[in-house]
Parts: sequence; structure tokens; C-alpha cells
Amino acid sequence: MITKRIIPCLDIRDGRVVKGINFSNLQIIDDPVSLAHFYNENGADELVFYDITASFEQRALFSEVLMRTAQEIFIPLTVGGNIRTLEDFDHVLKCGADKVSINTGAICNPAFIESAAKKYGSQCVVLSMDVKRVDGHFHVFQKGGREDTGLDALDWAAYGADHGAGELVVNSIDTDGVKNGFDLELLSKVCNRVRIPVIASGGAGVMEHFAQLFQKIPGVDAGLAASIFHRREVDIQLLKVFLLERGIEMRIDNGTAAST
Amino acid sequence: MLAIIDYGVGNLFSLSGALDYLGVSYTVTEQPDEIDRADRIILPGVGAFGDAMEHLADRDLICVLENQVASGKPLLGICLGMQVLFERSFEFGKHAGLGFLKGNVVPLRESIPDRLKVPHIGWNQLKFIRQDDPLLRFTQEGDYVYYVHSYYVRDCADSLTAGSDYGIFIPGVVHKDNLFGTQFHPEKSGAAGLRILRAFCSFPIQEAAIRNMD
Repeated sequence: MITKRIIPCLDIRDGRVVKGINFSNLQIIDDPVSLAHFYNENGADELVFYDITASFEQRALFSEVLMRTAQEIFIPLTVGGNIRTLEDFDHVLKCGADKVSINTGAICNPAFIESAAKKYGSQCVVLSMDVKRVDGHFHVFQKGGREDTGLDALDWAAYGADHGAGELVVNSIDTDGVKNGFDLELLSKVCNRVRIPVIASGGAGVMEHFAQLFQKIPGVDAGLAASIFHRREVDIQLLKVFLLERGIEMRIDNGTAAST
Repeated sequence: MLAIIDYGVGNLFSLSGALDYLGVSYTVTEQPDEIDRADRIILPGVGAFGDAMEHLADRDLICVLENQVASGKPLLGICLGMQVLFERSFEFGKHAGLGFLKGNVVPLRESIPDRLKVPHIGWNQLKFIRQDDPLLRFTQEGDYVYYVHSYYVRDCADSLTAGSDYGIFIPGVVHKDNLFGTQFHPEKSGAAGLRILRAFCSFPIQEAAIRNMD
């Protein structure tokens, strides 16, 4: 059967990874290609590159980074950020993305999900949603989690799945950055509602949180995190061994360099 | 020289990058003469079956591939590129495939239990049906490979070499004579995938194919 997946997410601005990664010799590395290599060797099952640049010039730089990464990394690469149109979608695929993550672009134009799925296949379309509790209900937020759309998160997840999204990234704004564990209540509800792969995001602080996630919500397919991996608070290779020892199926790979 | 057939489907960065990594020289082409000069062929593919066959037909590549395969040249189809090697597909209607291998491409949804999700996305373990297959000569049974698909090949006992469990046994590797196919993406399967590509690139070229190159 398929394994659960561990996915580091890299925010990229001006062709560099935001904040970079602190290595033990105090050197900060922020070159996306180097970091993609690092994660590839460290057992990541997939990578997410998130483009947080705004200007046109910077986007060209992002494209160049993407192309170099896709040529050197032999695990799946999902790309998100500023994907509003089929042209944007097409562009990042041509630069080497395997999957494209859409968020605000889908909220502004829900038909975008279906048109992208028809053109490129569901396996390419990742619907990413930022969710926050409002008066006891889960609402979808947009613009980086600043603005309440009023959309019910579970309805939106179901809409996406019904209209061709191949995967769902569920990021809980309530648990994000708190490092107190994933939002199990939200994830459980989403998993009961859709039958496409669900990627949990927001809240992981320690290895045990991933174990809780996969043990308590068997419907979750992957755990995504950023800073805890970047700051080396959690090492992916060690995390996967930890999970495997707890009966959670994991791919243990010694990296490309070791075995070819 | 290996030819990666570029017929407008999917991104080829990882595949060409993987061959660079392995030190294999290749060309990315849709030109029949270049394909003819190559000593082996990779047919990639992402997207819908009907579109892929149309793209091949538009470029007059169907007949080219038939001749190449008949000459004994090793060919590896990846993902959709493997599915088109079979007789027909039932993805959005019924479409004829290249028919080099016996089998039908059918929806996963109709064959696997309801609790399992479609697409089948993720890392799954390889189980061997046939031992000692040349494509798996550097592969250990139990290695993980990366799948992403909603359709699978049924009735392919003729060529079935290895696969993975996902409610049913999913054909992952097929091989008959000079034809190879992987349902998963070796170029996205980390070190395990690179080992499979390396095995394909070192599969001996048949004499017939060498004569053709002269």
C-alpha cells in the first residue's frame, strides 16, 4: 500500500528561500536548488515551492529556479503562488512542476479548478485552502489568510474534489505557527467529506505530532511543514524512522548519491 | 544516443535531468530520422490517453514507433507512455492504443474498494511477478516508487513483471522482448527510480537495431 508522505514547503522570494536554513556550522543556506537537494537526500517524499514574489521580473527568476530544480531533483515537485489563470498553470508546468497548487485563484474563479483538471488532468491540480474557525464554523480565508471569504471550508473542499482537484492541502490558520500539533478536528472533518488525497499543514512542532496525525486521522495522506524542517528542529530522515517504528508506513530512502 | 519522444505531453525536465545524472546521452525529439538513429527510445506521457494518441498521430509517429519496435530497438514507456503501448483504453470513451502489448486500460475506480482514493498518488512498494527481469536488475523487491494515475492496465499477464498493491494488484512494470513500461514515474522515484532508468539504459541493444543504425 502507499506510504504516508512527508513534505517540506519552501517559500521563495527573489530567487531565494525565505529565511533559509540554518546548518550546524551557523551557515545560512537560502539557495532553493541546494535546499531541494538537501531535502531530496534527507528523505523528503515530495517538495513544495511556493512563489511569494509579486513583480514580473521576480517571477522570471522563480521560473529559472524552478527549471534548475526540476532537472536535478528526482522526487515530485508541487508549485504554488500567484496561479490565477490557465496560462500561469501552463507556465509552471513547462518550467518543471509536476503538480500545481491553486488557492486564491480558485476562490476568485471556481471554474478554474475544473478547467485546469480537464486540460492537465486531476493529478496535476492541487487545491490548497487556508482555513480558520469563525463562530464555530470553518471558513476559507484568502490573500495569505488575511481575508475571510465566508466560504464553508468543508463545502469548498467537496466542491474542489467534485470538480477535478486531485489533492487537497488543508492549512489551518488556527494551529499554524503554534507548534502544538496539527488541527485534527478540521482534518478529520475534511477527510470524512472528500475521497481525494489530503495533505495536512499547520501546527507541527515535534515528531510526535506527525504520529498523532497519521494515527488519529487515517484518511490523511501527507504531512506538510516548513520552519521546523528548515530550522532543523525536525530531521526528515529521523522523523520517518520514528514514524515507521510506530507502525506508520514510510519510504526510507538513503538518497540518490548513496545508491546509483 | 537515446531518444526521448517529445509529442507535447508532460514535462521532461526530470527525465532529461535523470539521464544527465546517469551520464546517458540523449536527444529530445519528434523527428522520425532522429528517432531512427537513436539506439533506444523513451516514450514519456502525462494526461489523457485519447489526447496522447492524437498527438502521436498528428506527428506521424505511430508508424515510426511500429517500425522501431519491430526492428528490436529497446523502448521504455513511462506512465501514460506505458499505457499507450497496449491495445485500447476506456478513458473518456474508447480509444485504440499502439497495440504492441496485450491489455486494456481501465479506470481504477471501478476495480478498487471504495475506501481507497483515486488518483492513486504516492509511494508504493514493488512486488516482483517475474524474478531477474533486466529492467529490475538493480532493484530490490520492496523498493518504493512514485505512482500518480487514475487508470491502470488490466489483462496484461503476458507482459506483467512487477507491480504494487492498491486494493488490487496494480501492474507497475511490464516487459516483453524489447518493450518495457512503468506505470510509476522512475524519474520521480528517487534513487530507486534512477536504478530502473540505469537498467533500461544498459539493456543490450539487439543486433537488428545496430544493423539499422549503420
